[in-house]
Amino acid sequence: MTAELTRLGASALAEAIASGQSSAEEVTRAHLDRIEAVDEAVHAFLHVSTESALDQARAVDRARALGDAPVSRLAGVPLALKDIVVQAGVPATAGSKILEGWIPPYDATVTRRLVEAGVVILGKTNLDEFAMGSSTENSAYGPTRNPWDLSRIPGGSGGGSAAALAAFEAPLAIGTDTGGSIRQPAAVTGTVGTKPTYGGVSRYGVIALASSLDQVGPCARTVLDTALLHEVIAGHDPLDSTSIPQPVPLVVDAVRRGQADGVAGMRIGVVSQLRGKGYQAGVLESFDAAVATLAAAGADIVEVDCPHFEYALAAYYLILPSECSSNLARFDAMRYGLRVGDDGTASAEEVMSRTRGAGFGAEVKRRIILGTYALSAGYYDAYYGSAQKVRTLIKQDFEKAFTAADVLVSPASPVTAFAIGEKVNDPLAMYLNDLATIPGSLAGIPAMSVPSGIASDTGLPVGLQIMGPALGEERIYRVAAAFESAYVAAHHRSVPDAAPELEVGVR
Amino acid sequence: MTTAQTLAAGLMDYDEAIQTYDPVLGLEVHVELGTVTKMFCGCPTDFGAEPNTQICPICLALPGAMPAVNRTAVEYAIRIGLALNCEIASWCRFARKNYFYPDMPKNFQTSQYDEPIATNGYLDVKIDGQTVRVDIERAHMEEDTGKSTHVGGATGRIHGAEYSLLDYNRAGVPLVEIVTKPIVGTKALAPQVARAYVTALRDLLSSLGVSDVRMDQGSLRCDANVSLTPAGNPLFGTRTETKNVNSLRSVERAVRYEITRQAALLATGTRIVQETRHFDETTGTTSPGRSKETAEDYRYFPEPDLVPLAPEREWVEAIRASLPELPWIRRARMQADWGLTDLQMRDLLASDAVDLVAATVDAGASPAEATSWWSSYLGQQANVRGVALNELPITPAQLAAVIAKVVDGPLNTKIARQVVDGVLAGEGEPDEVIAARGLAVMSDDGALHAAVDEALAAQPAVADKIRSGKLQAVGAIVGAVMKATRGQADAAKVRQLVLSTLGVEG
Ligand SMILES: [Zn+2]
Repeated sequence: MTAELTRLGASALAEAIASGQSSAEEVTRAHLDRIEAVDEAVHAFLHVSTESALDQARAVDRARALGDAPVSRLAGVPLALKDIVVQAGVPATAGSKILEGWIPPYDATVTRRLVEAGVVILGKTNLDEFAMGSSTENSAYGPTRNPWDLSRIPGGSGGGSAAALAAFEAPLAIGTDTGGSIRQPAAVTGTVGTKPTYGGVSRYGVIALASSLDQVGPCARTVLDTALLHEVIAGHDPLDSTSIPQPVPLVVDAVRRGQADGVAGMRIGVVSQLRGKGYQAGVLESFDAAVATLAAAGADIVEVDCPHFEYALAAYYLILPSECSSNLARFDAMRYGLRVGDDGTASAEEVMSRTRGAGFGAEVKRRIILGTYALSAGYYDAYYGSAQKVRTLIKQDFEKAFTAADVLVSPASPVTAFAIGEKVNDPLAMYLNDLATIPGSLAGIPAMSVPSGIASDTGLPVGLQIMGPALGEERIYRVAAAFESAYVAAHHRSVPDAAPELEVGVR
Repeated sequence: MTTAQTLAAGLMDYDEAIQTYDPVLGLEVHVELGTVTKMFCGCPTDFGAEPNTQICPICLALPGAMPAVNRTAVEYAIRIGLALNCEIASWCRFARKNYFYPDMPKNFQTSQYDEPIATNGYLDVKIDGQTVRVDIERAHMEEDTGKSTHVGGATGRIHGAEYSLLDYNRAGVPLVEIVTKPIVGTKALAPQVARAYVTALRDLLSSLGVSDVRMDQGSLRCDANVSLTPAGNPLFGTRTETKNVNSLRSVERAVRYEITRQAALLATGTRIVQETRHFDETTGTTSPGRSKETAEDYRYFPEPDLVPLAPEREWVEAIRASLPELPWIRRARMQADWGLTDLQMRDLLASDAVDLVAATVDAGASPAEATSWWSSYLGQQANVRGVALNELPITPAQLAAVIAKVVDGPLNTKIARQVVDGVLAGEGEPDEVIAARGLAVMSDDGALHAAVDEALAAQPAVADKIRSGKLQAVGAIVGAVMKATRGQADAAKVRQLVLSTLGVEG
């Protein structure tokens, strides 16, 4: 029974709990057992909150016993929280040694909304240090492994959250996406992940990488579960002045529409610049098949041109390091986290310098140095200033494209999961993993990755990226749901269900 | 001292310096806004709380915390901008000023850079009847830093200290920085102009109700930029920036000192070093701050955690309409209303008594009485206690109540002072002091008649003199009565009583 519970999706679990068929505690224990059994091999979690998770689950069960209606459509369902979102009383590391031992005294808005919705937080998941990376190999606490093939990466930075879903350790997860950190891991682990419109979900309590790009989003194994989680976490928050004062998009309804009506009459644009060179053959093959499936489901397929996407990666790698060089300045040993070299003779500046030298990993240092340089007097206009201009041009490309198409599609990741260690010494090759996801990040538009199938050349999952105009979440969820339905109808099971069974107790 | 001697001491005689060089000033004033909460979080801003008790994840910059702008702080900034005749930006942004310092939790200061909320204004200041217009370059919003206390070491500065204590209560308190354009052509008046400008600005900010403008508590801080240029030369010289100028008097002294110091250097062909200098209140001199090998590069960029500010025009106009009467206009009106001479008014201003007098008048006292009490007796009391007038534990309303009792008769001036002493000593309201100390003027006519009769009987010769019209003799009888009543009688009334008892016309 408990093993079966972990195979269920969030909506099915919520129904089972609401109807009394299962208790929330039972569901939580099943997932804790699964983590216990497989996580030594997968290493999706940095911290498992066994006691507080069980407490939360029992509270849901008590409320039900008293006859209270469920507090949300996900009450009692377990979730894996990316360890860059703070939860009061639970260690937060952001994957960095510099925060080792820090226990946040406060909840992120997202955390608060999850708790209020009765979602059970199982623990904190692994990530590239401060979300800088595309493989989770930059975590100071060791890499996460892809449940499809434990010798391969689960994507990054949110590899821990994606792997937790693919390994059936949790039916829901929270990710954050700055340049693709939700979508690319979803793609390479055969799961679903959405980066909402910038400002759609509060960033308050989410350790900042690049403030103008960061966005929190929902992850799950199905489009419906992702939508249910999306509605729980989204919405305006006065604590984040960049959050949008708009009603939460009705993405669950959109999913039902997509499941029932498909994509009849919708115009789906294929971005010429997001295919071809740099994309793996198996990925393109899967993508073309997905486009054909959408056409068969009633969509008009159009080709759109976004000429400035060519400069997206370059602009991104100026804006992101610039903002992160400033955001990460607060890690200075003065107030929390690691302190190195405070031997009674060193000055405050020396202790800051020693701590940052010892506490940050190579990729973090690389980006801080790049950003510091890009913002320096005399270089600002040429680097940060030009990058912002490119950003405007990319937004204009999208605006134009969205006059010809309701949504845009592309592969979410140019390649399927690669081997751990394969690209660690080649940062530029690593950066190319976000080739398809970065334009949407720069424009602040909503985008998601939904599994498009299994690549014939590697036997690993491929992600389909669906992008919509700002606040156009309902469109992308509808298309994703329609595609997922068509895929399951054709293949008789979803992509995540095709993931190999991990040997329970594997060490 | 001769010129050679002063130059050897590193200073040039002031008059000589001014004959040779034209001083150019630039004044940067930081004012801590009197908002209830901080700039980007809900923490209180009260001064003097226990260290690190007014902090939260936001102002402590815990990982993940984000700022949200305090609308009242923006309103105050706009008030300041409007009162300084500035243009208010219809769209502006915050920017990050990046540098590492332990008392700055984020290691960047959220400030404004090239898009300040207010630009291009002016403030007219009066010096000896002459008006000098000081042009304002900008007023922008930013947040304060925490406070470091460096323990051990000789200088009280971070270098050489054994350890440092950090108090983040002040971190995130809203500030507005007001920057002048270069102030030129003031010649010998430069130090006075600097002082008069900061004084006028302080009065203006106080009247706007946006700050308590306490220089001693750091809620108003001035940095003075000074450079010299050979007389008649249009090019500015190298400037120094003097910090830690914590009183109006210090503003004047610091500018004056820098003029004489820089003049001495230039006269001996020495280059002025562009640097930050530190003013020493006790010696009245400036000394170099920590020298930096390269200019600090703050790597400003627009703050991505805050959306741009776009103050609606209607809001700005509503703020403009709510601006109070400017202090100097109000002062001129008061001087006229109260019938004070320029000298009296200047004394009131010098002792910061104008608002207190106004409040006392508002509470019902006559301007003459109110002025006299605040400038003489209470002025002395403040001096004795070493506090400012407005720190004396007596309110204008309490003083007005005492004055009313003098006017209506129950008290005379001497007893009124004892009542005021009682209030100052914390004995309660004036009525409570009068009751507790038994201070009422003798108003029992029977008792007073008896005292007068007794005095006249005791000095029959004097009584005769008065009867014969020698009115100057009345004083002796009055004195005796006052003595007998231990000063609790009203002398004027006693005099009347003596005359009427003797049947003499006063
Ligand atoms: Zn605070």
